[in-house]
Amino acid sequence: MSTLLRLATAGSVDDGKSTLVGRLLHDCKAILADQIAHVKTVSEARGGEFDFALLTDGLRAEREQGITIDVAYRYFATDKRSFILADCPGHVQYTRNTVTGASTADVVIILVDARHGVLEQTRRHLAVAGLLRVPHVVLAVNKIDLVGYDEAVFTGIAKDVAQLADQLGIADVHAIPVSALVGDNVVERSTATSWYDGPTLLEYLENANGRIDNSDEPLRFPVQYVLRPQTDDEYRDYRGYTGTVASGTVSVGDPVIVLPAGRRTSIAGIDKPVVTATATAVAERPSAVAGEAVTVRLADDIDVARGSVIVAADASPGTRRELSATVCWLSDRPLTVGARLLIKHTTTTAQAIVTKINGALDLETLGVIDATGLDLNDIGKVQLKVAAPLAADPYSSNAITGSFLLIDAHDGWTLAAGMIDDEEGELL
Amino acid sequence: MTATIDTPTATIAAPEAPLSTATVTELDALESESIFVFREVAAEFERPVILFSGGKDSIVMLHLARKAFAPAGVPFALLHVDTGHNFPEVLEYRDATVNALGLRLEVASVEDYIADGRLRERSDGTRNPLQTIPLLDAINGHRFDAVFGGGRRDEERARAKERIFSLRDEFGQWDPRNQRPELWSLYNGKHRPGEHVRVFPLSNWTELDVWNYIEREQIPLPGIYYAHERDVFERDGMLLAVGPYSQPRDGETVTKRVVRYRTVGDMSCTGAVASTASSAAEVVVEVAASELTERGATRADDRVSEAAMEDRKREGYF
Repeated sequence: MSTLLRLATAGSVDDGKSTLVGRLLHDCKAILADQIAHVKTVSEARGGEFDFALLTDGLRAEREQGITIDVAYRYFATDKRSFILADCPGHVQYTRNTVTGASTADVVIILVDARHGVLEQTRRHLAVAGLLRVPHVVLAVNKIDLVGYDEAVFTGIAKDVAQLADQLGIADVHAIPVSALVGDNVVERSTATSWYDGPTLLEYLENANGRIDNSDEPLRFPVQYVLRPQTDDEYRDYRGYTGTVASGTVSVGDPVIVLPAGRRTSIAGIDKPVVTATATAVAERPSAVAGEAVTVRLADDIDVARGSVIVAADASPGTRRELSATVCWLSDRPLTVGARLLIKHTTTTAQAIVTKINGALDLETLGVIDATGLDLNDIGKVQLKVAAPLAADPYSSNAITGSFLLIDAHDGWTLAAGMIDDEEGELL
Repeated sequence: MTATIDTPTATIAAPEAPLSTATVTELDALESESIFVFREVAAEFERPVILFSGGKDSIVMLHLARKAFAPAGVPFALLHVDTGHNFPEVLEYRDATVNALGLRLEVASVEDYIADGRLRERSDGTRNPLQTIPLLDAINGHRFDAVFGGGRRDEERARAKERIFSLRDEFGQWDPRNQRPELWSLYNGKHRPGEHVRVFPLSNWTELDVWNYIEREQIPLPGIYYAHERDVFERDGMLLAVGPYSQPRDGETVTKRVVRYRTVGDMSCTGAVASTASSAAEVVVEVAASELTERGATRADDRVSEAAMEDRKREGYF
């Protein structure tokens, strides 16, 4: 859809993530003079060298503790494309923020300290990238200078990760030996790693495929909000259904089904806004594709509200009140069977009960082990009963109609990120 | 929007070429994302309000809100926290816009708070930090539950940490260490009575995106965003306008310069930049080549400390 690339970083504490991001931004000339001056002043006040991490660690507590607590978003561009970078925390306590950053990423950069190799957090981050189906994973084997630029160390770690990625169903992993501190293979090619002939990190990012275009998939159009201006003009009887096309292409005349009711109708019109300094109107257009925010009108006067999903008549997902799903548990409060929660799925929020916990992911073996509950950062398989019928697809075929949040009904906290399993069941 | 094959474009010497080609579809994507956010809020909240200062980000925000609900009107009120030190051109623009579109404007006045003693003037004369209490009182008084702000993550380090839906407790406070996870495009607006949610539809826009969009959509702005002659004096590397709220001190000389404003805030602490850009297209070229960030070039209030913005935001600032 665009040349924009969204990336997220992940790694364990002290792997040098923020330094890598700072180095990347700095060597791309994406840091402006006042930001450099600021980092220089702060670094010098602390009696140290220029600290690249200060370019992204923006919170007081982050600077004091030298760790990243929450995602920092950075925006930069090269001559080739623009990037939105989510610099995510490494500390296990803040994994939920890494999940936040990874959920919208086209590429996740997972850092490993060359001296330490694969750690539990590496496995967790790989599992998250696999579950969220992030299209590309870059393994940055950092601090390669501290192991004497040893090819065998790099190859060993790359091999370990390739094996894990294979188990987790990650399609695309590319390993790069880097030193964020020195700048090896971040933007500039290192002369000390002559045994590596792949791209530098930036070269990789500039050439990676961006967002997957799903405008050829079956239409899914979750209705957000109904427009009924009821004004005394040409729009007196206007009734439009607003939303963003989640997948597929919607065209005037297309036969569609409105779920959950299951009513058949067709697309009477697709409108885009025309806004000038004083006038607010709409103009008709023939079609709209995935990712576009539009307003559609239907041929028949049927009951459509927020929470309805307009789908292709020949490829309806139907509705379901029971879900098998894989969840990342993001809360300190453990999940137990029987818990009553809210589920937020596309534009529907409904009550849900956890009827069964089928197991949890064992990060050591990457197998599913029995579990009676889920704790913070656990990845588990659950079954849910939902109070309203949901027009849902498996996450593997549609990230928007296949994903959901679980929310605490009492205080509104987001407890879990959920991905609906394939019919056959096995996502893990 | 069509499917693009990922062919890296060659580096062309002329700066205009990559700028305009690369941003067309990206602007569409940003616009759709923002419109989605406005519609989510309209559907899930009872009493949303748009913070509208007459600055370019809030003007773009209002333009996007109008697009989100066309042909119907914007289903939100506007709220302006008026420091009493605003540029007159900006206030005129604000009032003209509100009248033309038939919107409801609420004004929270810092001046009133100072007049009756609820707030006291600061020794440095700037009123930016004084906006927090009138803002929070207005939110409580009108029981606004969703408050749209034009903040962008590229503006500043603390803003880079913001969610698109950002919860504020009953004291209006932001707890940056304990933010809700925000996944995919599933925005969780749940909140308890007394709490509210700040919503940032422009989170993923950069200053350059905003200007490209203003050019593409031909959105009118207050004249001070474009080059004009003004009496200014230099302080801390910034060009401050001579006016009722900012006077040169000893040793600061006043000169007539051709300037424009990159950000628009309190007159006492917002600097102008030397510029001859007289249209949005010319500003795009200027911003793309700038070696300073927007706030770094123009805001004295952010230079107070390493975490000036974070501290203000924690207390409930924009």
